Amino acid sequence: MNKRVVITGMGIYSCIGKTLDEVAESLYLGRSGVIFDPARKAAGFRSSLTGTVEKPNLKGVLDRRERICLSEEASYAYIATRQAMEQARLDSDYLENHEVGIMYGNDSSADAVVSSVDVIREKKDTTLVGSGAIFQSMTSTVTMNLSVIFKLKGINLTISAACASGSHTIGLASLLVRSGLQDIVVCGGAQEINMPAVGSFDGISAFSIREDEPARASRPFDRDRDGLVPSGGAATVIVESYESAVRRGAPILAEILGYGFSSNGDHISVPNVWGPVRSLEMAVKASGINLRDIEYVNAHATSTPVGDTNEAKALNQVFGSVNPWVASTKSMTGHEMWMAGASEVIYSVLMMQRGFIAPNINFEHPDEDSARLRIPTQTIQSGFDCFLSNSFGFGGTNSSLVVRKLNSKK
Amino acid sequence: MTRSELIDKVNEVLIEEFEVDGSLITPDAPLLATLDLDSLDLVDMVVLVEQNFGFTVKAPDFANIKTFNDFYNLIQERTTLQVVA
Repeated sequence: MNKRVVITGMGIYSCIGKTLDEVAESLYLGRSGVIFDPARKAAGFRSSLTGTVEKPNLKGVLDRRERICLSEEASYAYIATRQAMEQARLDSDYLENHEVGIMYGNDSSADAVVSSVDVIREKKDTTLVGSGAIFQSMTSTVTMNLSVIFKLKGINLTISAACASGSHTIGLASLLVRSGLQDIVVCGGAQEINMPAVGSFDGISAFSIREDEPARASRPFDRDRDGLVPSGGAATVIVESYESAVRRGAPILAEILGYGFSSNGDHISVPNVWGPVRSLEMAVKASGINLRDIEYVNAHATSTPVGDTNEAKALNQVFGSVNPWVASTKSMTGHEMWMAGASEVIYSVLMMQRGFIAPNINFEHPDEDSARLRIPTQTIQSGFDCFLSNSFGFGGTNSSLVVRKLNSKK
Repeated sequence: MTRSELIDKVNEVLIEEFEVDGSLITPDAPLLATLDLDSLDLVDMVVLVEQNFGFTVKAPDFANIKTFNDFYNLIQERTTLQVVA
């Protein structure tokens, strides 16, 4: 069985918008969601820069038991998933009576863990952490909570693959749908935004310290980049078989053509060129399309010196003279880490639907490798039918997805 | 604090924490059934008592608590708040 796999719903809760329309507007305008958080400086952080979102108030929306088990990132994922389900026309009756799965990318729930340990250390009594702590503290907090809230009965699985978590999740779900094992999988990525989650990351000097200019700090591919800006929120994508979408009368937003993956087998934190090349080539081959059909690449590029250079080398090697548009939406969002692979598929689908390419803001001076890429510095008023989205993570985990408009004639 | 004030405070924290209709709370009403508490919720009851009344209840303490009145008695007996008869 080799089914076509489509996207029928999207939901987003990010620092550049809490609805699809808000996010599309931010992308179009090249608007940054990065701020300076003075609490981080007071706590000893090297960098106080971060993307930020409000904590959703779910009182009156979810009952007490549902609320107290939700971690911060799971609350973001709940909002994003509700939006996506609404767009995909998945209601509670359908969910009750069909095997809809959930796979979500998440790789930490640090704030919940630290808060619990603080209580235990102070009170010397584990009971006093309360009943919600364990369900907030596990990395699978998103899938365990959302599967209960939405009464999902298919696969129930969290994918932890560092900053490629969200992308691998969509890729693996697409394989399950393509093979006929699942008709619909709720997919996505979630990322907590708090100091315990990123303190150790700050500690290895990975973050930009351009603190006097928060909106200009994340500058992927720019010669003067000095590190990434941590960010977060949640993004949900409903992955479904084409037949199921047609049968349900769901909107078909795009088709997932291919998924590529690889492991560098190399350094814990420094990416290389060959691993991403293999992931890119695998995704293109799996898609069954010509390289020339890919008109836009949503790069992983996080604004770190080595990471962006090696991705630029990989893209130059794979695409050569084809030269598609290449941009990193992280220039606006910062690095949404566990969420990024899912959110960047949404950002790219929004641009594909609405006929523009968002600028790679803050790209002012190319370096030797980025000079060979076609990187937009202003919004491009031009549609595209097919894109590739890259996501790479610590340990050298790589994921690439190829997505196209349904029935593109190109 | 009088016993009446203590009861008001207990009811207030229970209503806030467990989101129950206050009109259902009477001295003779069954505590666990009225608040719809399962075993996980009892953990939160322990937290609530510690945070608001300054002592730690243990699971065996609940064995003898059937009604709200039983609960008020337990709180009055062990709280670090000053309660006058």
